[in-house]
Amino acid sequence: MLELRSVTAGYDRRAPVMRGVDLALAPGASVGLLGPSGCGKSTLARVAALLHKPDAGRVLIDGEPARGWRHRAPRAQRTAFGVVFQQPRLSADPRLTLTNLIAEPLRATGRGAEAAGRVSELAATVGLGADLLGRRPHEVSDGQLQRACLARALVLRPRWLICDEMTAMLDASTTAALVHAVEEYRRESGAGLLAVGHDRVLLERWCERTVHWGELVTGGTGTAEREPDTELEPDTEHGPDTDREAQPEVA
Amino acid sequence: MADTTWRASLGGAAENRSTRAWRVGSSAVIVAAVVLAVLVVPPLVNLDEQAVNLAAKLRPPSREHPFGTDDVGRDLLLRCVYGLRVSLLVGVVAAVVATVIGTAVGALAAATGGWVDRVVMRLVDVFSSVPHLLLGIFIVAMFRPGVWPVVISVALTHWLSTARIVRAEVLSLRSRPYVDAAISGGASRTRVIVRHLLPGVLPQAGLAAVLMVPHAIWHESALSFLGLGLPTHQASLGTLVQSARGSLLAGDWWPTLFPGLFIIVPTLAIAGLAGAWRERINPRRRSELML
Repeated sequence: MLELRSVTAGYDRRAPVMRGVDLALAPGASVGLLGPSGCGKSTLARVAALLHKPDAGRVLIDGEPARGWRHRAPRAQRTAFGVVFQQPRLSADPRLTLTNLIAEPLRATGRGAEAAGRVSELAATVGLGADLLGRRPHEVSDGQLQRACLARALVLRPRWLICDEMTAMLDASTTAALVHAVEEYRRESGAGLLAVGHDRVLLERWCERTVHWGELVTGGTGTAEREPDTELEPDTEHGPDTDREAQPEVA
Repeated sequence: MADTTWRASLGGAAENRSTRAWRVGSSAVIVAAVVLAVLVVPPLVNLDEQAVNLAAKLRPPSREHPFGTDDVGRDLLLRCVYGLRVSLLVGVVAAVVATVIGTAVGALAAATGGWVDRVVMRLVDVFSSVPHLLLGIFIVAMFRPGVWPVVISVALTHWLSTARIVRAEVLSLRSRPYVDAAISGGASRTRVIVRHLLPGVLPQAGLAAVLMVPHAIWHESALSFLGLGLPTHQASLGTLVQSARGSLLAGDWWPTLFPGLFIIVPTLAIAGLAGAWRERINPRRRSELML
């Protein structure tokens, strides 16, 4: 069970992006989180993956509270999450070939010996041709790079997958292929999925349950100061821009 | 090609390019000649650059002594080559050490963030507020004269700008999602810095090192000229100019001119190459000679 309990988070303590958010995800379940651009859903995804320290609230992984954030989180807790971001260009180290990109988590955790076998296996799963694996990020398309990023997220066999607008930059056929690869992995491993996005049609078809950002922030612990919004127009009073790239933050 | 015609139509751009090519070419030739002279000549000629010949002191340039002789009759061409050797060694080693220190400090400050960053950068500000020649004099004064105190002095006063450059670069890199992905992939803090952040700043750091070589040579010369750097018997460009002062007043120009040219020409050539490299990796900032 992955639980977020009354999480308040943001990039400025005086004006958090979200207040008192609760969210629970059972193992093997899939939740789609819908919301317009800039509402804070990416921040929530980063909190869930232990990549962003919330101002208040807790994250429980199988009943055990997260013991730190970013590098301070124990490695076993961090690597329980596979994260795929919206922009493959920014989430791939430009100096690594796709093979090294996918194998990097194995090497970082001292399992470099498995790299060759796992990379070719995952390349097949996500539909990356062997000829692409020797290339660097600037030599492949966004879609191909996102496939590699998904393979990297799966390489440590995470128990939770966090897909933050994974398909927002991609065409329909690549989207279908990536969603298929995620579902394949989940069927075989029983991993839970939190898919964040703004595409209602996609998330409703992909996930067992979809939650609208509006429900999440008003259904909190009562500290939420937002007026009950309509589901279609969740408010964005806490700043229009919560893009990660624009927000330097302290590790 | 479209690109070429577009450039040509700008008028003057083509001429600019050929001037630049000329500058890069001549700089490269000079640097190659200097490196060759410094590496090959001393073992090849096997002459003693300190051999005194009081019978032939302060001879003007001649066929036998193309640069003339100094006030104790030592051959100035030979001493210039040996002096360049010492100065270049000091310049290169000091520049490399300064760059390593600056890169380490800048990367540490940016990657750790928080109070570490603030404390380190305020220290950098404090160091920068003291004129660095003064600080360098203070450092050499603590040691016996010799090559290594000069290297230490120049290195310890020149890492500040590199630290700033590297910090800024690392700050912009570390908020990228690929660092998040690396953390999720189990990478340790050190691994993120070494594998993902430092490779991104290496071009800037390498350029800073090359740009610093001429500057470091100037500093060695300045310290030696002030009598604080190398001992006077050891030929370096600074000590040569320094010991020539007396004879210059008597109208003997060659002991000052030739070592002076040996300071100016190679440092300009190195700076020219570094400037061209900077234009390549950062075309928006047009190069002025940064010394």
